[in-house]
Amino acid sequence: MSASHAPDLAPNLALRHGGLRTWLSDVLVRRGGLLVLLMLVPPLLWLGIIYLGSLFVFLGQAVFSIDEFSGTIIREPSSATLIELFRPANFDIVLRTVGIATAVTLLCVVIAFPIAYYAARHAGPRAKAAFYLAVMMPLWSSYLVKVYGWKLLLAKEGAIGWFAGKLGLAGALQSWLDLPIVGGPSLSVSYTGMVLVFAYLWVPFMILPIQAALERVPGSLIEAAGDLGASPGAVFRTVILPLAMPGVVAGAIFTFSLTLGDYIVPQIIGTSALVLGQAVYMQQGTAGNIPLAAAFSLVPILVMALFLTLAKKTGAFDAL
Amino acid sequence: MPTTPDASTTTSAVRFAGVARHFGRVKAVDGVDLSIAPGEFFAMLGPSGSGKTTCLRLIAGFDQPDAGHIEIFGETVQGLPPYRRAVNTVFQDYALFPHLSVGDNVAYGLRVRGVGRAERDRMAREALAMVKLSGMEGRRPAQLSGGQRQRVALARALVVRPKVLLLDEPLGALDLKLREEMQSELKSLQRALGLTFVFVTHDQGEALSMADRVAVFNEGRIVQVGPPEDVYESPATRFVAQFVGSANVLDAAQALALGGLAAPASLRPEKIGIVALGAPVAADVTLLEAVVTDVSYQGPVRRVTARTATGLILTAAVPASDTAKVAQGDPVLLAIPRNALRPMEGEL
Repeated sequence: MSASHAPDLAPNLALRHGGLRTWLSDVLVRRGGLLVLLMLVPPLLWLGIIYLGSLFVFLGQAVFSIDEFSGTIIREPSSATLIELFRPANFDIVLRTVGIATAVTLLCVVIAFPIAYYAARHAGPRAKAAFYLAVMMPLWSSYLVKVYGWKLLLAKEGAIGWFAGKLGLAGALQSWLDLPIVGGPSLSVSYTGMVLVFAYLWVPFMILPIQAALERVPGSLIEAAGDLGASPGAVFRTVILPLAMPGVVAGAIFTFSLTLGDYIVPQIIGTSALVLGQAVYMQQGTAGNIPLAAAFSLVPILVMALFLTLAKKTGAFDAL
Repeated sequence: MPTTPDASTTTSAVRFAGVARHFGRVKAVDGVDLSIAPGEFFAMLGPSGSGKTTCLRLIAGFDQPDAGHIEIFGETVQGLPPYRRAVNTVFQDYALFPHLSVGDNVAYGLRVRGVGRAERDRMAREALAMVKLSGMEGRRPAQLSGGQRQRVALARALVVRPKVLLLDEPLGALDLKLREEMQSELKSLQRALGLTFVFVTHDQGEALSMADRVAVFNEGRIVQVGPPEDVYESPATRFVAQFVGSANVLDAAQALALGGLAAPASLRPEKIGIVALGAPVAADVTLLEAVVTDVSYQGPVRRVTARTATGLILTAAVPASDTAKVAQGDPVLLAIPRNALRPMEGEL
C-alpha cells in the first residue's frame, strides 16, 4: 500500500463553539454535582416542606388533647390522646383494620403471584403487552364506579349469588356467610365482601412489583437448582420464592397501606363497624377531635414500620 | 490415560446416537453420534451456533432431543428431567444463588437431597477446600471475584458427586492470566477425581490444552473427533483447519504442485520455513520463490505472508529472531516439508 491510495477520510468538520449554551453545558459537565443539585432542589422543596412538613405538623397534634366539655384543643404536650387509642372501642378499630389489611394482602399475593410468574417467565412480547394493558386497565376507570359495581355483584340477589346458585353452590355460599366474623347477611355487608373488593382494587399494585422481581431472576438460576437435584416444588420454595420476596414485600407495602388508609370502600361494602380511615375522617370532621385523628393516623405509619422491620428480620431483602 | 472408547466392551459415560434437535427451521443439532469414555476430559469445540451448547443441554436434561437416543453410563435418559440425572453443570454465568451464602450455595444440592445441616456444612467446607476457598463459607456471591465465583460453582457441582460434570464455557468470563491458571487447575482436579468432564468452548487453545479428546462442531454436526494433536496436525476439513489454529488451505492442484497428494490439503504456517539461497535443504522439502506481501510481528513468531510466481499466497510463522530483516517486497525462499501437506476430506 502506498500513501497515494489513502482516502481523504476527514474533511474539516468543525464543531460549533461559543455562546451561552455552550458555556452552560461545559460548566454542568465539569461540575456534575451542580446538575444533580439543580434537578433535585425543586422536588425536594415540594416533598420536604409542603408534603412532609404538613404531615408532621398534623401528626404532632397527637400529643395535644381535647377538653371534654368545651371541645377545644389543649395545646400542651400530654400522652392522654395516645393512651385513648388503647381504649377497647378505639383499639378494636386498629385490630379490625390491620386484620382486613392482612387478609387483603395475603389474597393479593395468592392472586398476583401466578399472573406475575406467567408474565415474567413465559409470556412473549405480544402477550406481555396484553398483560400490561390488562393489569393497568382497571386503574383507568373511576374507583367509585368499580366499588358500586362490586356492590351489585356481591348483593344478596347479585350476580355472584345467582351464579353460585346456577352452579349448585348456593349452600356452600350460605354456610360461608353463616360463619362468625367473615360472614354476614350477604356478601356485600360482610368482611368477606370488603376484602374481595379491596383485593380487586389493589391487585395491580401487587402484580407489577412481583413481576419485576421475577423478571430479574436469571433463567440459569432456576436451571441450576434443577441441575443440583431440586424438584420443581423445591426450586420454587428455595430459589424462586426467596428471590421474589423483595417484590412481594414491595407489593405488600402498597396493598397494606392503601387498605389501612381507605375510608370509602368500608362505607359502601361491609359491616357498619368502623375502620381506621373512617375513624380519622370522623374525628377530624364531625367530631372535631384533631388530636385523636392524628393519633389514629400514626397507627398505619407504625404498622408499616413494624411490617418492614419484620420483613427485613426474616430475610425478605436478602436477594437485593 | 483414558482409553479409546469402544462401545462393544466398555460402557460409555455419555453416548449420543443420531441425536437431533431443531428449533423451528434451525437445525441446532443435526444428527450427532458421540461416545465419551468414563474418566475422559472431553471438549466440544465450535463457533457460536454450532450446536455444542445444545448438546451439553441435552446431556443435562434442560432440553430434549427431537430424534435419536442419549445414554449416560448405559442408562437411557429419554424424558428424564435434570433433577433425576447424575450429571451436574458449571454454568457460563456461574448461576450462584444471590440470596444464599457461599457455603449454602455449595450445600444446596445436599440440602435438596435431605442431608442434615451439620453433615452438609462439613461436606461443603471440604468441597470449598478442594477449590482453595476455605474460610469463604460466610461470604455472599456478590462479594467474590469472577475467579472465586467460578470455583464456588465448581465446588457446588462437585459436592453432589456427579457421574459426569458438564462445563459450559466456564472460563469465558475470566481474564487471560486467571484463565490459564484455572485451565491447569481444572485439569489436575479432573485427574485427581477421575471424573468424566464434558467441556464446551469456542476457544481452540483451551480445548487443545485441556482435553483428552476434542469434538469439533460445525452447523449442528461433529466434523472431527480425536486427540488434540490429531485434530490440529491432521484437520479433516477446511473448516477444522481454519477454526482450530490457522492454516493455509490448498486445492488439489496446488497441493500436487508442492509435492503432496492430488487432494485438497492444509498447511500449518509454522511448518513453512524461510531459508537463505544456497542453504542445504533436506530431500523431502519443496523450495518455492515468493515475494513478501505482509509482515506482522507477534512476539515469539513473525507471520510472513508471501506470494509465489503462480499467484499462490502462503502465510508462514517463523521464529521472530531469525527474520528481523524480512520486509514487505523482499524476495524470499519458502521451504515446505512434503509431510506438512495434510490431505483433507472436504470443506465443512
